[in-house]
Amino acid sequence: MAEKSWLTDFPQMDRDDLVAIRKSLDGTYRDFSREYGEMIEGFFDPLLQFLVAFEKLLVNSPWWAVLIAIIGLVYLVSRSWKLSVGITVAMCAVGYFGMWEDTMRTLSIITVSTLTSIVLGIPIGILMARSNRVQSIVTPTLDIMQTMPAFVYLVPVVMLLGIGKIPGLIAVVIYAIAPVIRLTNLGIRMVDSEVLEAATAYGATPFQRLIRVQLPLSLPNIMAGVNQTIMMALSMVVIASMIGVKGLGQPVLKSITNQYFTMGLLNGLAIVVLAIMFDRTSQAYAKRTNNRVSSH
Amino acid sequence: MTQATEVKPLIRVKNLYQLFGKDAKKHIHLVHEGKSKDEILAQTGHTLGLKDINLEINKGETFVIMGLSGSGKSTLIRHFNRLIDPTEGSILIDDDQDILTLSTKELQHLRRKRMSMVFQRFGLMPHRTVLENSAYGLSVQGVSKAERNKKATEWLEIVGLKGYEKQYPSQLSGGQQQRVGLARAFCTDADILLMDEAFSALDPLIRSEMQDQLVELQETLNKTIIFITHDLDEALRLGDRIAILKDGELIQVGTPEKILLEPATDYVEAFVKDVNRARALTVETVMKPAKHRITEESIAGALAQMRKMPEDYGYYFNDDGYQGVILQETLEAATKDGNTGNVSDEFMEDIDNISPSDILESVIPETLNTDYPLPVVDDKGKLQGQLSQSSVADVLSNP
Repeated sequence: MAEKSWLTDFPQMDRDDLVAIRKSLDGTYRDFSREYGEMIEGFFDPLLQFLVAFEKLLVNSPWWAVLIAIIGLVYLVSRSWKLSVGITVAMCAVGYFGMWEDTMRTLSIITVSTLTSIVLGIPIGILMARSNRVQSIVTPTLDIMQTMPAFVYLVPVVMLLGIGKIPGLIAVVIYAIAPVIRLTNLGIRMVDSEVLEAATAYGATPFQRLIRVQLPLSLPNIMAGVNQTIMMALSMVVIASMIGVKGLGQPVLKSITNQYFTMGLLNGLAIVVLAIMFDRTSQAYAKRTNNRVSSH
Repeated sequence: MTQATEVKPLIRVKNLYQLFGKDAKKHIHLVHEGKSKDEILAQTGHTLGLKDINLEINKGETFVIMGLSGSGKSTLIRHFNRLIDPTEGSILIDDDQDILTLSTKELQHLRRKRMSMVFQRFGLMPHRTVLENSAYGLSVQGVSKAERNKKATEWLEIVGLKGYEKQYPSQLSGGQQQRVGLARAFCTDADILLMDEAFSALDPLIRSEMQDQLVELQETLNKTIIFITHDLDEALRLGDRIAILKDGELIQVGTPEKILLEPATDYVEAFVKDVNRARALTVETVMKPAKHRITEESIAGALAQMRKMPEDYGYYFNDDGYQGVILQETLEAATKDGNTGNVSDEFMEDIDNISPSDILESVIPETLNTDYPLPVVDDKGKLQGQLSQSSVADVLSNP
């Protein structure tokens, strides 16, 4: 056999160099996480407290009280009896099959991560809409966040913060925040330039323009982004359960390793119930805002 | 509309240049060197928007800036409230305040209190009701809700939208939406009104209705209106003075009559060729001096006076001034009947007087129906001139 040549094999970096790079990068990051891990954990502590409290509220309150609250919210936001009745039936079934507590845990993390995504995402989207330079930086970052396999960024998060709710939350937010940012940006950029000019011509300050013209007019788009964000957060539930997020994801994970088909199916269906609830409710709301906003 | 006389200009635009592009300041010298728009575009990728604009706009006049699309008229109007900043030049308001040196706060004040704007596609906020839209300028200023709603309701009634307060703009027709735009503009009590092709998006019928309404409102409000249009008929109808813009340069500024009758360049001439002059000109610009005056009191004297004239009609004057038109045949018939008295009202022709400010079109039927030139009489009863079939025919046929 002939010697390996650069013509037949791709010219490769020396194996030792590669190992050295890996080692030094891993080492640096490990040092960083040892040094600052606790500080960062402390930074996230309030969020953790909130997450725990919210989960406790959902799990410990009597089931009927939670159910009434959920259905009440669904009706208030969607104004649809049909949807409210459907969700009631589905939630009762979920509880009857013994998944109430897991569902509540999942509901809690989805709610908190969606809220986090909105709180972070809308301002980022606004900044992006105001400056083309910010947009040219944020867009590829979002592309990377969305296409990078979730497991890859689970590793540094777990190294930094260990296993638990906060790393799970961060992983979910990284995965799910993109749509709300993108659609806030798009929505604001799509606001009719003449309407914006009119606001300026009557002496509105940039803040008045943002709060009273740009955001209300981009609300349908922002709502579509929020809807997408919720859906993506739900699909992340199973992966997040690998790093210790309790909820419907864990039984699904268990059923994969143990080949419990029925258990997987039931828990999967419970996730679907949550998905339908969030999706239909937020879409009904988006539709209502759209009716109000769209002209011509 | 009345011509403002001997007032200092309210707004003066001096040597205004607009070059669109990244390094406009760096390349503006090319414009000064006299390079054409196309040359500059090819050389630097910058688009010449406006070139050396100099204008004076008087208080209380309706100043129309007209040009075809791409002439820079919409760019120009956006300089007055600085929706666009010029590359060079100055815009003075109230004689000495250069609006280009205003701070952000001062500029906001100017936009809130002094200028309001009406847009071609209305620029209404779809998520706000008609009432909220009309009150928008006041809400930006922080005026209390009760006060601004009261004012907006009043203005909506004036523009003819009473009862529509709670509707959303999308529920209204184009004409109605622009009425909301007008109400919004008037609501802030700004003394300068910028109208960017305000009626261009409307059907012809609605457009002329809106023009009438603007003229009517302007009679009582006396605002300074800067009106952009591509429609010469509209310019002639609304403007006290008209500026014609072509490729970012001012070609001619003048009264409608001047633009029509003395076009400065071939471009303007080609422009005004198709104009309906009958609708654009007033009797005053076409009438001739009334020469044939009858002053003898007696019928015989009057007849004798008339026979010396080349025509068989005359305008009768006594000590009280102009009385009416007498025809030679009337006097002859009276003489034949043996009437030896004085000329009295019964001998005058029974015609409606026309006024110098009448639109030519409105008096054409009368002009054609009489054999003699019509007397033009002002509102004090004084004879100002005469309007003959031939002078009407001249001005209408001569392009």
